[in-house]
Amino acid sequence: MSIKRKPKLAVWKFASCDGCQLSLLDCEDELLAVVDKVEIAYFPEATRAVAKGPYDISLVEGSVTTQHDAERIQKIRKISKLLITIGACATAGGIQALRNFKDVKEFISLVYAKPQYIKTLDKSTSIASHVRVDFELHGCPISKHQLLEVISAYLYGRKPNTPAHSVCIECKRRGTICVMVSRAIPCLGPVTHAGCNAICPSYCRGCYGCYGPKETPNTSSLSDKFSDSGLNNDSIMRMFRTFNACAEPFRKESETREIEEARSKRREARRE
Amino acid sequence: MNSRTIKVDYLARVEGEGALYVKIKDNAVVDIKFKIFEPPRFFEAFLRGRTYNEAPDITARICGICPIAYQMSSVHAMEDAFGIKVDGQLRALRRLIYCGEWIESHTLHVYMLHAPDFLGYPDAIQMAKDYPDIVQQALQLKKIGNEIVALIGGREIHPINVRVGGFYKVPAKQELSPLAERLKWARDAALETVRWTATLKFPDFEQDYEFVALRHPEEYPFNEGRLVSNKGLDISVHDYDNHFIEEHVQHSNALHSVLKGRGSYFVGPLARYNLNFDKLSPLAQETARSVGLSHVCRNPFQSIIIRSVEVLYACDEALRIIEQYEKPDKPALEIQPHAAVGYGCTEAPRGILYHRYRIDDKGMILDAKIVPPTSQNQKTIENDLRQFIPQHIKLPNDQLTLQCEQAIRNYDPCISCATHFLKLKIDRE
Repeated sequence: MSIKRKPKLAVWKFASCDGCQLSLLDCEDELLAVVDKVEIAYFPEATRAVAKGPYDISLVEGSVTTQHDAERIQKIRKISKLLITIGACATAGGIQALRNFKDVKEFISLVYAKPQYIKTLDKSTSIASHVRVDFELHGCPISKHQLLEVISAYLYGRKPNTPAHSVCIECKRRGTICVMVSRAIPCLGPVTHAGCNAICPSYCRGCYGCYGPKETPNTSSLSDKFSDSGLNNDSIMRMFRTFNACAEPFRKESETREIEEARSKRREARRE
Repeated sequence: MNSRTIKVDYLARVEGEGALYVKIKDNAVVDIKFKIFEPPRFFEAFLRGRTYNEAPDITARICGICPIAYQMSSVHAMEDAFGIKVDGQLRALRRLIYCGEWIESHTLHVYMLHAPDFLGYPDAIQMAKDYPDIVQQALQLKKIGNEIVALIGGREIHPINVRVGGFYKVPAKQELSPLAERLKWARDAALETVRWTATLKFPDFEQDYEFVALRHPEEYPFNEGRLVSNKGLDISVHDYDNHFIEEHVQHSNALHSVLKGRGSYFVGPLARYNLNFDKLSPLAQETARSVGLSHVCRNPFQSIIIRSVEVLYACDEALRIIEQYEKPDKPALEIQPHAAVGYGCTEAPRGILYHRYRIDDKGMILDAKIVPPTSQNQKTIENDLRQFIPQHIKLPNDQLTLQCEQAIRNYDPCISCATHFLKLKIDRE
């Protein structure tokens, strides 16, 4: 009988809130079964023990915001067979990518009295903008069920089943009445990646896009719909500029609305 | 000359990235740095120009372990600014969701982050091989905390249902009933947790701390109360900035918070317990006494028992709230934003969390200040190590390092929070 070694799993943290890696510890019913199948080789939030690489699966949480981290992700890529990013920070830069639209020096001086002590890059960037990524799991936070699906898919050598359609489909499936149609609540569901099981509309609020853009989203059409219902450009810009602000389709839409807002302000100023 | 360095480059079983550096010369500690190298994320900066109602969703992202705390401090600050008071069942629901977060966060720390130190394991997974029933029970207890948060908040991490003025949707009474059944089991499991943690071995280590926590006339504090200490502080949350200041030190990306003219202080479960023992439920008081605790506990290593007492309290309190719950008519009060400054301070699992916002007449945030519990405990953690290490200086480096790590984990430091935090290095010369 041949004894096959357990695959080694590593969990790496970059700039983040720790919520996505916590999702693994939140698998209360499944955690002990997971560690039966994989060796937790590196996971500082959960263990002091460190097993040497290379690692079969690396889960990467967080975005790159320092020179040190930009170098660290290169090393992690070299010692990882599969590199999977987990969450909006790792896949799109996260909420901290709001700095990408502003001057970071001004940000540092707003938070810290002695800015000279702070070392940070101008921009918060996704892991994929630094190294090759094998799979990106969306969400702020990720769904623990999807995380389990992704881990088990790679353990058995199949493709993860994580649909790329919109939150709208999830609402239809669970029978939630459309909040935009029935209550005129602005909702990012039509352009947002599925995975959360459409929680917000089921709690009578519009989707706020924490899973980032779905494949080929029609953001401008949705923005026009928001405009028709009375939202101004500034509000629409802020809707697209949150936890996935630097995911390409959301970034473009928020910048378009920012430019529109500036134009209308100039027009107003001329009229006066 | 005999000198050595103790160095932990990446402290494990804490939330976020921290390190410790200790320099020892001739058996005396000459330098201690509890470092926070978690990269800064600048929340206070990018809150500027956002609307008041975005604060709970944005600030939740400071910490995936205690998002409810951020949501609660922010909504209370906004409501303070606009002069509205959330009362009755809406207020009770906020206490209930906070109970869920305490149960989840404390159970995670007690069993998965702190207990392995006492029993000599690298983690709870290894511990589970020898203590399978205890780890299974821990996971189920933690799960019930998460179930409360998910039922009221929509999901465990970064819940979506909290808003300024109340909630987007409130549960019907019958939706809460299944939780009550589960909570009765959880209350028994929490009681066993208190008894089990009390059997662990604790170093003899007591300090004369200034404990700071909220105190409310009728209840163990979650969302409201005055800021009090065992050394005479008794102020309104509005006066926080007049009594506490944040210092920026070179070795940390988190600001150190101190009491003006007095220095370091201690926040979290131990502080709450020492200042509010009389407000714990009869069962929690009685259980604490039955394991040999009095109403005062100054040994930070025993914080693991106190956290367990708080889990027991949270189960008890959650049951009380569910029993008395009636669905409120409206899920939220209406808000009329106007130019104002608002202050909020609530009891996160790790201690007081202060928010202050200045809002303009359109409801936009002009500036924000957020002081998380871990940055308030940083100085006390360093002081503890300065006292603790000389008592154990004869230990070999690896054991001394382990003991130092345990002394830090007494505080359940949340480094992601504090940076808006840690590596361990002991230098012996």
